[in-house]
Amino acid sequence: MKRRKLISLVLVLLGVTTIVSGKGDRDDRDSDFASTLYWNLSSSGPKTIDPALNGATDGGDVISNLYEGLVREQAGVVKPGIAESWEISDDGKTVTFKLRDSLWSDGSRLTAHDFEYSWKRAMDPATASEYSWIWEYTNVVGAQNVAEGKGSLEDVGIKALDDYTLQVELSNPTSYFISLVAFYHFMPVKQSSVEAGPDGIWASDPELAISNGPFKLAEYTIGEGLRMEKNPNYWKADNVKLSAIEVAFIDDLTTAYTAYQAGEFDFLNDVPPSEIPRLTAENPEFYIFPLLGTYYYSFNLDLDMWKDERVRRALTLAIDREKICEIVGGGKIPAAGFVPVGFIDHQGNDFAETAASSGIPTDGSGIEEAKRLLAEAGYPNGEGFPKFTIIYNTSENHQLVAEVVQEMWKTNLGIETDLINQEWAVFQDTRKQGEYEVCRGGWLTDFMDPMGLLAIFQVDNDYNDSHYNNSTFDELVSYANKTVGAEHFEALYEAEKILMTDLPIAPVYYYTEIYLSSPQVKNWTRSVLSALDFSGAYLER
Amino acid sequence: MRNYFFRRFIQSLFTIFLIATVTFFMMRSIPGGPFTRERPVPDEIMRALNAKYNLDAPLIVQYFDYMKSLLTFNLGPSFSRVGVSVNKLIGLGFPATAKIGFLAVLLIILVGIPVGIVSALKQNRPVDYFVMFMATLGVTIPNFVIATLYIYLFAGKLGWVPSFGLRTPWAYIGPILALSGYSLSFVARLTRSSMLEVLRQDYIRTARANGLKELSVIGKHAMRNALIPVITYLGPTIALLMTGSFVIERIFAIPGIGRYFVESVSSRDYTVIMGVTVLYASFYVLMIYLVDVLYAMIDPRIRFDKEIP
Repeated sequence: MKRRKLISLVLVLLGVTTIVSGKGDRDDRDSDFASTLYWNLSSSGPKTIDPALNGATDGGDVISNLYEGLVREQAGVVKPGIAESWEISDDGKTVTFKLRDSLWSDGSRLTAHDFEYSWKRAMDPATASEYSWIWEYTNVVGAQNVAEGKGSLEDVGIKALDDYTLQVELSNPTSYFISLVAFYHFMPVKQSSVEAGPDGIWASDPELAISNGPFKLAEYTIGEGLRMEKNPNYWKADNVKLSAIEVAFIDDLTTAYTAYQAGEFDFLNDVPPSEIPRLTAENPEFYIFPLLGTYYYSFNLDLDMWKDERVRRALTLAIDREKICEIVGGGKIPAAGFVPVGFIDHQGNDFAETAASSGIPTDGSGIEEAKRLLAEAGYPNGEGFPKFTIIYNTSENHQLVAEVVQEMWKTNLGIETDLINQEWAVFQDTRKQGEYEVCRGGWLTDFMDPMGLLAIFQVDNDYNDSHYNNSTFDELVSYANKTVGAEHFEALYEAEKILMTDLPIAPVYYYTEIYLSSPQVKNWTRSVLSALDFSGAYLER
Repeated sequence: MRNYFFRRFIQSLFTIFLIATVTFFMMRSIPGGPFTRERPVPDEIMRALNAKYNLDAPLIVQYFDYMKSLLTFNLGPSFSRVGVSVNKLIGLGFPATAKIGFLAVLLIILVGIPVGIVSALKQNRPVDYFVMFMATLGVTIPNFVIATLYIYLFAGKLGWVPSFGLRTPWAYIGPILALSGYSLSFVARLTRSSMLEVLRQDYIRTARANGLKELSVIGKHAMRNALIPVITYLGPTIALLMTGSFVIERIFAIPGIGRYFVESVSSRDYTVIMGVTVLYASFYVLMIYLVDVLYAMIDPRIRFDKEIP
């Protein structure tokens, strides 16, 4: 009896040791440690890394290092990528890309036909890409019809004239078209590879994934991480200094931050919110970049309570945006209008800064005017104004902002509000159904033009949750969509001004994003559309 | 007795079926869907997606289709990880989750029960006070506090263990401690109180009066009865620990399946919700079934069929 027990104890212990010692070190830091970047993506892993199917920033960060589009945008500058050069016809409606002689990661030749295939695949409803709506903004002839299931791929104005010439027909001159094709949705995919692994699964299978960017996929473990290795067939492979990038999918920010401090990561996409104030103040490794997006509150214009423009203005002016940004942290930029900073107009000026004169004060200086406007509208000190509800989707940050705004409206205007939070999917339903008085909104654009933001307030736009309806505004935006240069921007300036007069929304702040990068990582960059770019990065270990 | 276990087996299957049915209809009744996005997906794409995932059929048809494929253990494709089947997701994540869970269960049994017994035997002595103090701490401190503190101290400050993943044997210690903390303490307390109660019983006094050795009194007569509530508690707990914890797996960045219990609901990943729910339910029902079997083996008073006198 005793011996049997002893034997079973030994067996159990043996079992434990085998279980625990199962898998060895994934990254036993050997010889290539000196040129391997350890990066935490701060998400539980991208949903997909198929360029055409992806719609999320975590996927975008990976894709921009694996693939190369016709052009590559770094810190706002559009540089030649696979396209050596491009020509735009005099009427602005034909764009001809001249491609360089380049290879896929498997050594096969990359041609203009690959781009034609990839782009048509991306817009094809059979591919069911969540991002196919973007074709509406490309103005490519016939593309929007295809994306909406109304047209044929034959009629789309994308054609490979020969192996190295790609011709694109646009329905209108489109000033941002060239910078738009730097976006991951327009990166090339190889047909044989795509057809070998349906639903984008090929992209995360190292056996099948073929790419054309600085790196190629070497390993992929769902829920754990991926490894990219230098792609020797990249056209600018000489400039790629890193031999590999180890990407981890850790969404717990505290764990990742501890690992960073212990030297297990060189680069983090995000840090715990509680660390932001300290890092901002004293750490040169901490970076804050503006994002092309705005955080705001929508007024439900279907309701009578918001019919009076003075009421909306009063509520907007009663918010001290600078104070909110101070409380929220993370270097958020107080919004003076709807279009965020970062867009350059035809004269080389920042769009938001130029438009700010017609915008709203970012500090508390408008509070007196707010009180006056509310009194004029018949609600002195908020008397008689119905109590209403602010709805936001569940998140600590949104709650914080809502609480501050609630307090400001109460102290500054005497208006009472309730706060309700809803789980994300439920919240979207509520907002879509228009079952709210005031709700949170946020919008990030994917192309380098204020159009991407302003267009959402056109009357028939899916994202026009305020149900804003102003025909002059609609016409200006539509006109801007057909023009380039001064005409384009003047129409947009006018549209922004109208929006800031009508105020269907109260802008709060412009989004920013944060990175923590070890001082050992040099020469990394990002696109203003927020994709990280390690193509030229190197390490000083 | 065999008849009884067969009946219980059929009942268990029926329970799993019922859970699957209720979950299926409940999850479909909440607003939002797997393709709810900030920017609404165009109608045409939505139609294509719905057709692809068989979401355009009437709900009842979808239900029967799902149940049919469930019978063949085909859990369908995941919505949130494009192109990956739920079987694959669970197959990839379950080993890591089960390893941690199994080791936690082992720790609970090998430490929790003996400690509880010792504590009962040394009632109101320093050992007892110490054990009960630790057990109270273990029950009251939430596991995420243990986990965060552990990482901060041993990975961050001291650098003794890796801060994430399961890359070395040392990396297992934190997750196991954090995962088992509550149950370990609870089992120790439960064993102690149940042991104390049994020790006061007449038959123990009789056993002692008959001159049995103390070891035999405790080990053979007292333990068997004292362990019944512990086993009742352990059954479902094992099912819970072996299917993972969202919090622990997230904090220690363990690529297990615990995260899917929460993630799948917020992303309305219907097939994953069903997959992990059915997995957990099956485990749970199986453990309760095993507990019933164990009862029969441990408790001399429990018999399922009439005995011939």
